[in-house]
Amino acid sequence: MSDDAVNPEEVRHVAALARIDLEDAEVDRFADQFADILEYFETLDSVPEVERDVDLANVMRPDEEHDCLDSEDALRNAPESEDGYFKGPNVS
Amino acid sequence: MSENIFITEAEIAGDAEGPLAGKTVAVKDNISTDGVRTTCGSRMLEEYVPPYDATVVSRVKDAGATIVGKANMDEFGMGTTTETSYFGPTDNPAAPGHVPGGSSGGSAAAVAAGEADLALGSDTGGSVRCPAAFCGVVGIKPTYGLVSRYGLVAYANSLEQIGPFAPTVEEAAELLDVIAGSDERDATTRTEGDDSNYAAAADGDVDGLSIGVPTELLEGADEGVVETFWDAIARLEDQGATTHEVSLPSVEHAVEAYYVIAMSEASSNLARFDGVRYGHSGGYDGNWNETFGRAREEGFGDEVKRRILLGTYALSAGYHDKYYKKAQDARAWVKQDFDEALSEADVLASPTMPVPPFELGESLDDPLQMYLADANTVPVNLADLPAISVPAGEADGLPVGLQLVGPAFGEKRLIRAGSALA
Repeated sequence: MSDDAVNPEEVRHVAALARIDLEDAEVDRFADQFADILEYFETLDSVPEVERDVDLANVMRPDEEHDCLDSEDALRNAPESEDGYFKGPNVS
Repeated sequence: MSENIFITEAEIAGDAEGPLAGKTVAVKDNISTDGVRTTCGSRMLEEYVPPYDATVVSRVKDAGATIVGKANMDEFGMGTTTETSYFGPTDNPAAPGHVPGGSSGGSAAAVAAGEADLALGSDTGGSVRCPAAFCGVVGIKPTYGLVSRYGLVAYANSLEQIGPFAPTVEEAAELLDVIAGSDERDATTRTEGDDSNYAAAADGDVDGLSIGVPTELLEGADEGVVETFWDAIARLEDQGATTHEVSLPSVEHAVEAYYVIAMSEASSNLARFDGVRYGHSGGYDGNWNETFGRAREEGFGDEVKRRILLGTYALSAGYHDKYYKKAQDARAWVKQDFDEALSEADVLASPTMPVPPFELGESLDDPLQMYLADANTVPVNLADLPAISVPAGEADGLPVGLQLVGPAFGEKRLIRAGSALA
């Protein structure tokens, strides 16, 4: 078991960060599985620091107006919309 | 269709003429099709209908092909068996009772069953090559940047490419010719695939071809798979190819590096699914954190939740250097190893999958064991290189695939070599 063995509280914390509600049974199951998986990830500790020579160039284009999705199409998959806007839940 | 190959059957007609006129194509259900629902194998997108075509879909239609359906897949591409699909598993037409591989299992099964002449899948860590191997068909993972990802629902952008399936290497190359090439809507595309003629390279000429076999990719592989692999290599040697061993010491860390990077990117990419603009709604009770949490609990399956949570963990304060940064070091190391091995060989060969197809339901309970099955495919995505899986034969009546890896934009070389076998 790794030093950072995952406890259920940690799973709940990460799930809250990721905005995913979990049942208690899911939390326990994930805690067990994450302990195994993260222990396996620990082997990355023995990877040496590697010089990363990135051969990348920025891709630029002129900033010109062009057609894009009209709002009717963009709203078509929204569960709810109002006056041409997406309708979201209360902020607080 | 008893195999559950398609999530949505459709008939999207292409142009009357073109290089693919008269051909039918199955499209993985994470590739956007204008007006035809695109679910990513997820409850989250069960009713999502894209308002535009992916670039590859436009190109396939312009080339004259007819799209016959949206193929089943592991949810958001996260799986090796197509069993994490919300729409149920797909049976393997080449090995009934077994998984078709994943995540593009429906695409490979469509070609294997003759439901489509050709298919498109996406390959983030082997998701084209694995199902090609398990279903006994040909699959190509192009060099990163060869094919546009515009309209592909993102899972791990830095790793994934759309690639073709076909019964033969030549037909796969014909589809690659149609989809390859630069696209102003995907700034990571390159010009190397513009005006390509990969199909012409499918002449089966391997005389003088130098094949490197990475010893690390044979270690731990199933005995029957290894035997079938060497039989296929012997057939290439009979036709004039030579073989020597090479070493890729870094690949020992490839699986963990791949999963850290893929999960981290997934946790960011899948943050967009909040049930407000599209996708499964969490309703309107409570504040937005509560409704988003509910939408994502209900909309995502176990494997997707697992990867988002582990990715969130790997990127969270205090852990970023330990996991993500080390994984990027490992990725750079893998690239160096491949560059070195390919300086002494024209192509590298290994079994595509270290195991034959699992039985349906065999492998769902242990996620880590499942991840380890990707050992031979993920290094290629980390290195941004092209690879092809061709049928090598059978082990105990189950299909085995041979993987060939080439240098960046060396698709012609892979197609020429692969066409000597299929």
